[in-house]
Amino acid sequence: MKKVFGRPESLTDVPFTYCPGCHHGTAHRLVAEVLDEFGIREKTIGICPVGCSVFAYLFFNCDVICAAHGRAPAIATGIKRSKPDSIVFTYQGDGDLASIGTAEIVHAANRGENITVIFINNAIYGMTGGQMAPTTLVGQVTQTSPYGRDPKTMGYPIKMSEMLSTIKGATYISRVALTKPAYIVKAKKAIKKAFQVQLDGKGFSMVEILSTCPTNWGLSPVEASKWLEENMIPYYPLGEFRTPEEVA
Amino acid sequence: MAKIIIDEERCKGCELCITACPKHILVMSEQFNKKGYHPAKQIKPEECTGCAFCAMICPDISIEVFK
Ligand SMILES: Cc1ncc(C[n+]2csc(CCOP(=O)(O)OP(=O)(O)O)c2C)c(N)n1
Ligand code: SF4
Ligand code: SF4
Ligand code: SF4
Ligand SMILES: [Mg+2]
Repeated sequence: MKKVFGRPESLTDVPFTYCPGCHHGTAHRLVAEVLDEFGIREKTIGICPVGCSVFAYLFFNCDVICAAHGRAPAIATGIKRSKPDSIVFTYQGDGDLASIGTAEIVHAANRGENITVIFINNAIYGMTGGQMAPTTLVGQVTQTSPYGRDPKTMGYPIKMSEMLSTIKGATYISRVALTKPAYIVKAKKAIKKAFQVQLDGKGFSMVEILSTCPTNWGLSPVEASKWLEENMIPYYPLGEFRTPEEVA
Repeated sequence: MAKIIIDEERCKGCELCITACPKHILVMSEQFNKKGYHPAKQIKPEECTGCAFCAMICPDISIEVFK
């Protein structure tokens, strides 16, 4: 018998520190599998955020730098420009990318930086205990929206993929989910495409991954997956928003 | 012939693999692992097709699949 599924080489042996059922782990694995498949682990530099995935440097078996909150795209820009032969990706949560780091992501995309962004949208600030994020759904209860998000005072959940798709410098933008094997297969394809865009020198690529945060949603992992499918996907539709052909 | 190996110490008992297995041959063990979770365990191994759905959905990469 041959091993047909196992741990990718681009991950260390360190067990993830994420909560049971948290999709950060699945997202890490898919990125690592893509690095393995392209054989680019040794020339890849990841930038991890502030958020639950701040420890990503322990898990990815490549060079990883920790950025100040939201600033990963700025650091990625500097690295990619000074070492153009390296493959550079950022890994950012929704608090990181869509709140404190909004300026950085918008301008990195607008400059068409040749980097890949993995954006984990779990509709909440996970690490700090479940505060409302810009991506929190209308009516969603969080620590800082105890009666549910009310758009009158808190605005509507921000759609980063759609927003960044209006930018000419953004070459590849796609949104995926990880709640079932069929989605996971598609997610991996999207991540592979995003890195391919960078390998081809075609510019900015981002994959938004709809993810669960069972702990701060107050749901079991299985319930959280169901909640994501029933509530997040209708508001944050899956699919490709920008592809290299469109840009050409 | 197909086989899976569950790393009980890495498993966090999230139950996602149980919902993903089309053959319904994964259950939670009564035992605890060192972290205090009930790990997943396979019953009726002869029915496993090696589809790897369980391994794909496992956020902690606790399952290896052999075919
Ligand atoms: C400059 C600064 N402001 C605020 C914080 C506090 N803080 C830490 S993580 C975080 C948000 C994390 O949420 P997200 O980016 O969605 O990541 P998740 O944990 O959900 O994966 C905040 C506000 C900080 N560390 N630094
Ligand atoms: S708090 Fe949420 S995002 Fe953070 S590790 Fe736990 S489940 Fe994952
Ligand atoms: S490989 Fe497929 S059939 Fe076998 S236990 Fe996993 S999900 Fe079930
Ligand atoms: S999906 Fe993984 S961590 Fe969750 S119960 Fe199954 S083997 Fe354990
Ligand atoms: Mg978050």
